[in-house]
Amino acid sequence: MNFVLAGLVGLFIATAIYFLLSRSLIRMLLGMVVLGNGINLLIFTAGRISNDAPPIVPGGLEQPAGAIANPLPQALILTAIVIGFAMFSFLLVLAFRAYQAMDAEDTDRMRLAEPEDAPRPPLSY
Amino acid sequence: MIVLPVVLGLLGAALALMQRRAGMGIALVVVVAIIACDILLVQRVLDGGPLSMTMGRWLPPFGISFAADMFGAGFALAAALVTLVVLVYSLGERAEDGFYPLVLLLLAGVSGAFLTGDLFNLYVWFEVMLIASFGLLVLGGRPLQLDGAVKYGFINFLATSFFLAALGLLYGLIGTLNMADIIGRAPDANPAAMAGVAMLMVLAFGIKAAVFPLNAWLPASYHTPPAAVSALMAGLLTKVGAYAMLRVLVMLLPAAREQLDWVLAALAIATLVIGPLGAIAETNLRRAIGFLVIGGIGAIMAGIAMPSLHGVGGAGLYIVHAMLTLTALYLVAGLVEKLTGQTDSRLMGGLYATHAPVSILFFIVVLAVAGVPPFLGFWPKLLLLEGGLGDADLRGAGETGIDWLSLVIVLALLVNAVLTLIAGTRLWAHIFWREGQEGQHSEYRSEPLNVLPARERWFGFGAVTVLVAAIVLAGLWPDWLFQAALTGAGDIVEPAGYIAAVGLAGGGP
Repeated sequence: MNFVLAGLVGLFIATAIYFLLSRSLIRMLLGMVVLGNGINLLIFTAGRISNDAPPIVPGGLEQPAGAIANPLPQALILTAIVIGFAMFSFLLVLAFRAYQAMDAEDTDRMRLAEPEDAPRPPLSY
Repeated sequence: MIVLPVVLGLLGAALALMQRRAGMGIALVVVVAIIACDILLVQRVLDGGPLSMTMGRWLPPFGISFAADMFGAGFALAAALVTLVVLVYSLGERAEDGFYPLVLLLLAGVSGAFLTGDLFNLYVWFEVMLIASFGLLVLGGRPLQLDGAVKYGFINFLATSFFLAALGLLYGLIGTLNMADIIGRAPDANPAAMAGVAMLMVLAFGIKAAVFPLNAWLPASYHTPPAAVSALMAGLLTKVGAYAMLRVLVMLLPAAREQLDWVLAALAIATLVIGPLGAIAETNLRRAIGFLVIGGIGAIMAGIAMPSLHGVGGAGLYIVHAMLTLTALYLVAGLVEKLTGQTDSRLMGGLYATHAPVSILFFIVVLAVAGVPPFLGFWPKLLLLEGGLGDADLRGAGETGIDWLSLVIVLALLVNAVLTLIAGTRLWAHIFWREGQEGQHSEYRSEPLNVLPARERWFGFGAVTVLVAAIVLAGLWPDWLFQAALTGAGDIVEPAGYIAAVGLAGGGP
């Protein structure tokens, strides 16, 4: 199971990087989503998959009775999902605004901040 | 006590969002309160060593702890001071809606990143900082800003994603994310896997800090927002990345850092040399300063590559210096841009005759950035040089007695100082000294200078002058800075006190 999940993580991240290398903003956004999911899956896998009891202490005991599953990776992933979603929605709006303002979603044509015909270095002094 | 700066910042941001009209007053009061908290914190750390507190009754290593040692508290204080100066500077301008809440949110994120004692919490503060800086970057919504923000946004989100992946792998390897606990458990883990995690961290923080091969986003975005915003971002954001790299590599994973010694040294040398070269070739004023920011990051990387007491102390002091000085440089550049109405240094010229005070401020800051004594920039470089030259025994280069790697880094530091000086003084000569715009040789400018409104002039000049005066004074009396830096470096290099403060002195459960 772990090997399958590890392979899946690799596949997710490879796909994400392929998308991110594209010039199109939409593809880059898709890459971001896939990358986020791949990393969440990575935390999940790295936190060990086991089929132990849920981490709940029965009434009257100080400690759980037997081996329990690790609850922390899920908490980490939940936080990461929320934050990742907020970031993604911001980037989505930003990309749309940039498309409206510059009429371009190809990063090669978004050259306002770094003009293509950049001046040569000054020669005086 | 330790979380107070963060809590105040978040509360203030919420309050300023609800009461938009009073946003300015709320922001000023909250930032002053945060500064007071940070000063108290620094004092207590100086007296009694590192402090920590943990949320709820989940004792470490389970609960999320906040821990302040000298570096964390000192950087938080410097960040709050810089924010106050930028706020005062921006009082003269018409603030965009939402400026004050975002500034407070940014300060809360930065303080949280400096004061947290848990790596996952550090990730959360990175994201808080990131979302605030996105907001600040696009305030106003000019196409230029949107273009810069797209590049900034994608690459920085990518960096935090890599950091998250490194966290997941680290948790899988040693089963903890509490910083003090990591120090104890890291030596038992598989060294090859730890080196991989450390490299992933270098990649993530390298993007954040704009280390050389990963630096292209910084000069593409930092010049797009108004000068006050870019000053704030230049002062705070890249430094948090550099701080995180220092904390994680030198303090938490020293064994893995040693394996990456050559990589880090190469990154430091390349960043040191290429940053100021970019500044020399650039004609846009604030883009050129962006390259100087990158050169400064190289000096911090040099400290990470030479982790002796002096090297780390120098890196820490350099972070404080870079926060103050580069903010000052951006603010002065903002004044120059307002006066001339231009952003390109080819179209400026002859400001010395009409605005001698601005030219003096600019010149002092340039000297401070390059590290000319007696200004603030000289002392961290002195510590770094001492660290580099006295580092030989630490690396075990005993046989020849010469440690070539450190020597090359020292050489790169010196080259960086010279190149920065060339870049800065050339900018100064072009903007202030030259008689007119490029190609003109008359005494009179063809473009008239703008006259600033009195409010803008007083707040703008006042804020910059106070900051420059602080830089000069701190440079003239550096003793206490040395002491603080070496105390902080001691905590990083020998973290026993830090571990005890978090409550894990017995090695943890």
